[in-house]
Amino acid sequence: MKYKSQKVAYWFFALSMLLFGLQIIYGFIMGFAHAGYDGLHAFIPFNTAKAVHLNLLVVWLLSGFMGAAYYIIPEEAQRELVSVKLAYVQLISLALVGVAAIIGFHFNIWEGRKFLEIPRGLDYLVVVNVLLFLGLILTTLFKAKRRTTTSLVLSMGLLFAALLYLPGMLPFDSQVTDSFFRWWVVHLWVEGVWELIMGGILSFLLIKLTGVDREVIEKWLYVIVGLTFLSGVLGTGHHYYYIGVNKIWLIVGGIFSALEPLAFLAMALFAVNMYRKGEKKHPNKLALYWTLGAAIVSFVGAGLLGFAHTLPQTNLYTHGTLVTAMHGHLAFWGAYAMIVLAIISYSLPNMTGRKLYDSSIGRMAFWFSNIGMIGMTVAFGVAGVVQVYLERKMGMDFMVVQKETEIHFIVLIVCATLFTTGVILYMIDFYKHGTPNDEALEAK
Amino acid sequence: MLSKKQARAFFLGGTLVTFLIFIGLTVYSLSEEVDQTNHENITDSVVRGKEIWESNNCMGCHTLLGEGGYYAPELTKVIDRLNLKYNGNGETVIKSILMQEIPWQPNGRQMVAYGMSEAEAIDVVAFFKWIGEIDLNGFGEVVGVDRKISPLAKDKINN
Repeated sequence: MKYKSQKVAYWFFALSMLLFGLQIIYGFIMGFAHAGYDGLHAFIPFNTAKAVHLNLLVVWLLSGFMGAAYYIIPEEAQRELVSVKLAYVQLISLALVGVAAIIGFHFNIWEGRKFLEIPRGLDYLVVVNVLLFLGLILTTLFKAKRRTTTSLVLSMGLLFAALLYLPGMLPFDSQVTDSFFRWWVVHLWVEGVWELIMGGILSFLLIKLTGVDREVIEKWLYVIVGLTFLSGVLGTGHHYYYIGVNKIWLIVGGIFSALEPLAFLAMALFAVNMYRKGEKKHPNKLALYWTLGAAIVSFVGAGLLGFAHTLPQTNLYTHGTLVTAMHGHLAFWGAYAMIVLAIISYSLPNMTGRKLYDSSIGRMAFWFSNIGMIGMTVAFGVAGVVQVYLERKMGMDFMVVQKETEIHFIVLIVCATLFTTGVILYMIDFYKHGTPNDEALEAK
Repeated sequence: MLSKKQARAFFLGGTLVTFLIFIGLTVYSLSEEVDQTNHENITDSVVRGKEIWESNNCMGCHTLLGEGGYYAPELTKVIDRLNLKYNGNGETVIKSILMQEIPWQPNGRQMVAYGMSEAEAIDVVAFFKWIGEIDLNGFGEVVGVDRKISPLAKDKINN
């Protein structure tokens, strides 16, 4: 760690860990309900568990991205953050808004729009919170002597993510228009600007871990984020095939979402090539595992599995089935969860001064969580394909088919247990590092 | 070999062009001329139905237009399907499920008992009716009553 103010990142990461753990618990509630054991229905019905599971995902990832920005920006800008106090205010308010929303979901207080369930009143607080965050990051950059491509791409991703939250707040009478603009937020976040954030973090990590020249890494960063937007913006069309808008989206969405895996392939090739070119001298092997893992798993989860059901002819049957959950889980895990875990693994020893590189707990955490998540993805996939054929092709009743898929959710729960073991080991490793302190400051 | 400056131009140029096309297509596909939703049929009752749909997070379990929770049935064309199953009494069945005080439990999977008033249940039915009439580019047939034959295979069979 080079700047004292970078320590604030630790507490954002700690919040991420806490919310991630909670997210997994609600995931289990849903898995058991799908398997036929919905004993908690009276207290936590499925729609509550679902809203909590999705929103905790969004909040813990955002908290991770914010932590990443608070760690990366001072180092890239070569100066302290403009205000550490305000960063803590922002952290506490983020946690409060998140927790208030989650509690509200248990009392039927929500907006009932997938991924954007946070009620309107709290939406305004989210906006204020994110404005404060952006204010701190952008002012720090503005006052800096050095503005690197990595820091600009990361900040641009965070700024656009904030702007794109706004279309989701527009009120519409038509469910179709409502859904149309909901995807402006959800799709353009996860298949657009969040990839800028991911690209920025990835680029920072590769510069630090591989020792390859910054100019080379940042040049390819531009190419990758360019490919992302080139395919991802019009790729939004794959959400518009069958929701009641013009057929033109079948063509536009079909072509451009077929190109989307290219951006992820480029990212994976980029990360692997930079690693091969590099000196391989950095001792933090765990951070390298997670960094390369994020690039590769995101290609499989977001790129390949997305492509598996993105063509209009396929999506006609898979739209609205568990096939989407299959793709969603590995995509979010690979692209966003793993990159957050990568920056945590990299920065934690630097902030706390405890160089627990390459611990066996850390390695087990990586393998258990990844193998578990791949197993979960397969279980979702099998259940999804069964649903597509029996319900959509054979015309069987929804609930009859759901009974048939219960066994796949038992498999899902077993794999999720392995995944959770990995995550718990990661958290133990996190805890073992202790808290950040000024003794960890590197001599300038 | 590609320079950093060219790479940046590719990123900025590509983003700008695709975003402008995206905005253009958005304006086009939401314009009245190509409307597939029968927008003029959105009555106050349909809007109230949508509000009830949202305020209870029905999408957290069900899907509608193929979007939602994958835990409970797709509700696009639900009236048609239930009409077929219950001799034309689809609307009555939906209303009674929504007005029930104890959880509806088909095949052991429970739904929250909402205990809605009849007026609220009527609004939700109006919302489902409007949804059911939207032209969904073929998805309506997949989830509708004649879903045994896929819209893609249907043409081939008829020919």
